[in-house]
Amino acid sequence: MSSPVAPATDPVRFLRRLGEILPPARVLAGPAQLAAYESDGLTAFRTAPLAVAVPETQAEVIALVRLCQAEKIPFVARGSGTSLSGGSTPVAGGLVITLNRLNRILRVDPAQRVAVVEPGVINTAVTLAVASYGLHYAPDPSSQSICTIGGNVAFNSGGAHCLKYGMTSNHVLGLKAVLATGEVVEFGGASREQLGPDWCGLFVGNEGLFGIALEITLQLLPRAEVFHTVLAGYRTLEQAGDAVSAIIASGLLPGAIEIMDALALEAASAAVHAEYPPGCEAVLIVELEGPREVVASQRPQLDALIAASGPVEARPARDATERAAIWKGRKSAFSAVGRLSPDFIVQDGVVPRRRLGEALRRIAEMSRADGIRCANVFHAGDGNLHPLILYNGTEPGALERAEMLAGKILHMCVEMGGSITGEHGVGLEKRDYLAEMFNADELDCLHRLHHAFDPLGLANPGKMFPDGTAPALAQHGLHPLEKAGLISRE
Amino acid sequence: MNAPLTPTTLAELADAVRSVPRVLAIGAHTKPRLCAVAPEVTLISTLGLSGITEYQPDEFTFTALAGTSLREIASTLEARGQYLPFDPYLIEAGATLGGTLAAGLSGPGRFRFGGVRDFILGVRFVDGAGRLVRLGGKVVKNAAGFDIPKFFVGSLGRFGVFGELTFKVFPRPAATLTLRLPVTDANAATQILTAAAGARWEIDALDFLPTADAIALRLAGPAAALPLLATEILTRFPGEILSAASADALWADLRELRWTFADGPLLKLALTPSQLPALAATVRNHAGKLHVTAGGNAALVSLPAPIVSLGLPALTLRGPGPLWLDAPTSPAIVAAVKTALDPYNRFPSLAA
Repeated sequence: MSSPVAPATDPVRFLRRLGEILPPARVLAGPAQLAAYESDGLTAFRTAPLAVAVPETQAEVIALVRLCQAEKIPFVARGSGTSLSGGSTPVAGGLVITLNRLNRILRVDPAQRVAVVEPGVINTAVTLAVASYGLHYAPDPSSQSICTIGGNVAFNSGGAHCLKYGMTSNHVLGLKAVLATGEVVEFGGASREQLGPDWCGLFVGNEGLFGIALEITLQLLPRAEVFHTVLAGYRTLEQAGDAVSAIIASGLLPGAIEIMDALALEAASAAVHAEYPPGCEAVLIVELEGPREVVASQRPQLDALIAASGPVEARPARDATERAAIWKGRKSAFSAVGRLSPDFIVQDGVVPRRRLGEALRRIAEMSRADGIRCANVFHAGDGNLHPLILYNGTEPGALERAEMLAGKILHMCVEMGGSITGEHGVGLEKRDYLAEMFNADELDCLHRLHHAFDPLGLANPGKMFPDGTAPALAQHGLHPLEKAGLISRE
Repeated sequence: MNAPLTPTTLAELADAVRSVPRVLAIGAHTKPRLCAVAPEVTLISTLGLSGITEYQPDEFTFTALAGTSLREIASTLEARGQYLPFDPYLIEAGATLGGTLAAGLSGPGRFRFGGVRDFILGVRFVDGAGRLVRLGGKVVKNAAGFDIPKFFVGSLGRFGVFGELTFKVFPRPAATLTLRLPVTDANAATQILTAAAGARWEIDALDFLPTADAIALRLAGPAAALPLLATEILTRFPGEILSAASADALWADLRELRWTFADGPLLKLALTPSQLPALAATVRNHAGKLHVTAGGNAALVSLPAPIVSLGLPALTLRGPGPLWLDAPTSPAIVAAVKTALDPYNRFPSLAA
């Protein structure tokens, strides 16, 4: 714990003490080493940290947090750096704690259907480790083949199957964490029930502001026996939206309901050679899942609803390979957009589902008015939009214009009664918009809670809150030290 | 004890909290031990804050004032073919939505899609400083801000007074079918609970009954599929399909806690199926009764008289005895969060 008479931050002494915790090979401080950690999935924001620590054990992570606390050095936990909201963007003068080497699956209990994992375990590795028991880990963010459970916990990641299964927080039963103060706590456990306040629920989605999860107990579900996945192409987005409404009104509860628009389809088909029905402005993906008897009974109902919604073509996946191809196209859409544009911002706003059509129309109008292309991929069942705002970062002012359009879209989501973020978190990207959702008293309540967990404001400062204390730089191009000739990228 | 305050608007609720130094909200008093606090604590009844304020069936969400009865909510949802999948207790007894959140009480149906925590989306509440604030959201998906609504599940009203709550709902399954699977003892019950929970059948509820002689297994889904699933289940675990009337009666008795001792303590526990045999033995030694739900993850224990320990942490919902048995130790962060949300210490502590 920090000493009450701790002197002001002294980077040199901090680095020396860091060397007492980790061997030299696991402390990265050279400019070239740091360059890789300057940004995350939100590449428009870059900051070089003071150093990067590569712990391999929980004890080392705890020691690092306690050192940061004692030396008043801010720290940012980082998994695979896939955050789309800039959640793991470093803090200037701070420490990045990478958790990729804490990647052990500590325990799998097939009878209780739980897995206990370290934060650096990759999302899909959990399902791989339990598949032989007929189980799976439900949350499936698009980056699931590289993103870590620790990052999923920090940002309460979602995915395509949230409608039926919820987000990460719905699947975290227990946590061991080192809080920003250095206190090590354990919340919840292997039971699906709990007594007392839901501390796990509070911790998940803390955006790294409370501390670092060291061990996470995940609920596993029996893998659905069969799937019925349909891809349907529509002339207009509105028709696809109407099909969603009809499905929702029918009483069916699909595992996923997704829509991709023409620009996203163009990108996905180029990237993964997916073939979509030609001439379509939108493609709808709907998936039923469950025991074969249940799906057999619901399938005709879904097929009839889709047939009645006037698709150009509806293609049910005939086997697991075709199903995988449909999902590969959908999940590659974000990165595929990189083929259309050198830079893009992925938005994550939510609107009430019944206003999806209106929201998409307004996004299209704003996009046209601003002369900025915008692709749309979204979780239609949840009203969770992912407009991808395309820009060229080498054009002066292009990022700023893209961010202005992003801001207008967020404003629209709040005005419609939705949210600025469905599953990516506020992070650095949307911190200036938190105040659109919450009034001064509400923000104060969040601040007080934050202060309880981190009185010194050392854990991932500058994320979530508009008055962030850390200067995470909103810049493009060279780092100031590069411009000054002090560092260079090798 | 002072007479309870009876606000009828959210503004009056905030005024009520500010008007007295120590307060606790109560609903319909169906879990009375949770609000049996020191006499200097003024109670605020939420029964004057009743009604569904927003319901959009096609959004799968509704918003209701905290004192709204579960009965009103269940019937409103049912009329639109929807339901609260966490299957709340004490509907006929008059339990309120706010009390259900504070108690963190989920019924047998929580097995399939999760408990209260998996359906709460947003809460408008009065904090200890007397400010009416809303956190969380009104849409099914929201990741903005800390998840205080989830934190409130099981918080016993010790961190804020709930005014208005937003929940996610699901379409109601077209049909249900309940199987009764006899077992000889708790070990046999544990084996069935574990095996069935991991199977392909997408079970809706999986309970070890207070009679201690059978598992009740409920299926929910399209009417045509359920008998097919039931046939397969019965080849694996001998038993019978209950008539619709018997099944309704069985679940209603569990939901309304009709199997419990009238005057003894009723306790809630969280457990794993492997802990069930030991718990069952302890309960039997105290001449108590046990309803195990959620596939062996939650239990209600009814005892003829207070005891000191069940071997696992337990929360007393009603009847005599301490609020907690074997209370888990509180890390320092618990006190820090209490101070953050309740700076003037208006609400009782979690411990009492």
